[in-house]
Amino acid sequence: MLNQSDPILRLENIGKYYGRFQALADISLSVQIGEKIVICGPSGSGKSTLIRCVNRIEAHDSGRVIVAGHELTAKTRQISQIRQDVGMVFQSFNLFPHLTILQNCMLAPIKSRGLDRSDAEKIAQNLLSKVHIANQAHKYPAQLSGGQQQRAAIARALCMKPQLMLFDEPTSALDPEMVQEVLDTMAELASEGMTMLCVTHEMSFARQVADRVIFMADGRIVESSPTEEFFRNAQSERARSFLRRVDL
Amino acid sequence: MNNFDVSFILDSLPYLLKGLQFSLILTAVAFSCGIALGTILALLVHLRVPVLGLIAKTYVALIRSIPLIMVLFWFFFLVPLFLGWLSGASRPVPVGATWTAFITFALFEAAYYCEIIRVGLRAVPKGQFEAAAALSLNPCATYLHVILPQVFRATVPIILTQTIILFQDTSLVYVLSLTDLLGAASKLAQISGRLTEFYLTIALIYLVICFGASQLVWRLRKKTKLQ
Amino acid sequence: MFELLSQPAPDGGTYGKWLLSGLTWTMALAIAGWAIAFAVGVAIGTGRCLSGRTIPAICRVYVEIFRNIPLLVQMFLWYFVLPELLPPNLGDWLKQLAPPWGNFLPAVLCLGLYTASRVAEQVRAGIEALPPGQKEAAIALGLHPRHVQYYVIVPQALRLLIPSLTSEVMGIYKNTSVALTIGVMELTAQARQISEMTFQTFPAFAAVTITYLVLALIVWAGMTWLEHHLAAPTSTACDPRPVFLPPVKEENR
Ligand SMILES: Nc1ncnc2c1ncn2[C@@H]1O[C@H](COP(=O)(O)OP(=O)(O)O)[C@@H](O)[C@H]1O
Ligand SMILES: [Mg+2]
Repeated sequence: MLNQSDPILRLENIGKYYGRFQALADISLSVQIGEKIVICGPSGSGKSTLIRCVNRIEAHDSGRVIVAGHELTAKTRQISQIRQDVGMVFQSFNLFPHLTILQNCMLAPIKSRGLDRSDAEKIAQNLLSKVHIANQAHKYPAQLSGGQQQRAAIARALCMKPQLMLFDEPTSALDPEMVQEVLDTMAELASEGMTMLCVTHEMSFARQVADRVIFMADGRIVESSPTEEFFRNAQSERARSFLRRVDL
Repeated sequence: MNNFDVSFILDSLPYLLKGLQFSLILTAVAFSCGIALGTILALLVHLRVPVLGLIAKTYVALIRSIPLIMVLFWFFFLVPLFLGWLSGASRPVPVGATWTAFITFALFEAAYYCEIIRVGLRAVPKGQFEAAAALSLNPCATYLHVILPQVFRATVPIILTQTIILFQDTSLVYVLSLTDLLGAASKLAQISGRLTEFYLTIALIYLVICFGASQLVWRLRKKTKLQ
Repeated sequence: MFELLSQPAPDGGTYGKWLLSGLTWTMALAIAGWAIAFAVGVAIGTGRCLSGRTIPAICRVYVEIFRNIPLLVQMFLWYFVLPELLPPNLGDWLKQLAPPWGNFLPAVLCLGLYTASRVAEQVRAGIEALPPGQKEAAIALGLHPRHVQYYVIVPQALRLLIPSLTSEVMGIYKNTSVALTIGVMELTAQARQISEMTFQTFPAFAAVTITYLVLALIVWAGMTWLEHHLAAPTSTACDPRPVFLPPVKEENR
């Protein structure tokens, strides 16, 4: 029922408050299937908050969030439906420390999608090979390096066969030498046509992968331009000074 | 003291061991029921379930503020009344000291285990809940497969230490005149007049068991810390 | 419900007076016991962290013995067994001590030394939990080792300790009830005695239980106050008050 031309995600005038502090103001955004969007902006500008409103890890206070044609409201049924179709990768990995990598990947497909063990395991093994850690499947998260853990977390999200992937600074908690392996995995995913909404400060990655860059400040979208244009000729002074500091 | 008589002890060892057996069974039952009930109470508080959460919180605070002996007296008095009321009988149903002990210890320990598990629940990083939600696990699966296993892992040493204290506390059934290890010793001591021998012997038995157990817990704690 | 407390008791007073006398004994046990427990506990706990072998080993043996034997068994050892093990004249003196003291003295010693073993463990944990950087930084500043302990380590360890000491204080006042087994007429003993005299079990137990709850509340409030007043400002709570420190005196050389 979702037409090819319909956006997979549509945000209409989202507002979000923490107490009296306005974390998001009047955010509107629409993401087409297959589109890759990079969100950047100074720390505290509301990037995480925005991305977390998409799968309702945070509830927005005003406006509408529409994922795959369904509006997100407080109804639990619907939220869990939508979360099945939206994968999320966190800055701090958030792998389950008491489960092996393979078990981490199988848990949600079995419990939420209702797959049986053997199917779930097949899918998990497949995706673990894809992120090049098939040989780590039976280890526990703490036994892996940061880069491997983050790739495992990506595989875990992919096991749910999501239509949209959210990344919240997936490389910020990594040692510098591990950043590239994770970015490569994400680029590979992008080249396969995954729809991606990605908060990152890795501007070379944005240049290489993104169709569009969104620049946020103070809870607002200051700028939203095609990648080429953003890097060549950013409209706002804030974005330009941000780029001068980040991109060398 | 000049005539510390070992043969007395050896002769009555079977009786003492039977007492010890009762102590251990009481510990095991109170432990299993206490953990189960304590987990439920902790979840009620943690999830802020309306009404029930408040009741659980009050129960735990109440039990933790009163001496165990007082609780034993309360239950010895209340349980027969409660059973009488439940069965619709007009008079209290006598249940006996043994049952009272089992029920009291289970309910009493539940409050202490609840507190341990509640603190453990609070210590689980927020990211774990968020990751589970992002994977669309329902609350039941989230707690069962993601949160509680981590809580139990983290709190196992504390739970076991509490269980060693529970084992020591079972000696308080002495006030209900039950024959646990201490009860057995005190009965024998009274009959024979050999208080010194019997009390020193069981002190040694308790010491060996509790010291051994606490060493095991200590090793476990070191092992889990390394991981 | 509590008219019972104003009813006359066989000894000419009221049952309320009995309860009050129980409260007095409970408080006496708790306070005197805590004084022993704190002093001995801090000493033993610090002793376990000293360098060298003998003193830590002795302290460890103390802790293991006193915390691995049930309190009730320890009560019996103090009350029944100790007088037999002492030289005869001393043992007899103990046994013939005038009524309340003959029971109270062993009870207090037992309670205090038992709790001391637990306090010692908390003190040791508190000292070990301090990041080594604190001591190193203090030494690097050229502070005298005595000042390192006095101004840097001990104040911090004490703060870390307050929550766990709270639970030990709660523990000792609850454990006072174990003294009833050797005949100290504290609160729980009075509850049982009043209920046996009057058959009014519910009001008797309820009155005593409420008394315990009030005591718990006082202990909790006191320790929370203490914790609050000694708390070091953390980064989130921007408390401008200076960290609690003993006043610095000019050193005489
Ligand atoms: N749970 C929260 N409670 C209160 N304020 C919050 C909370 N989460 C985020 N904020 C505030 O909202 C703003 C945006 O936060 P965030 O979305 O995390 O920024 P970013 O990810 O861009 O660094 C920040 O000023 C932050 O302090
Ligand atoms: Mg962020």
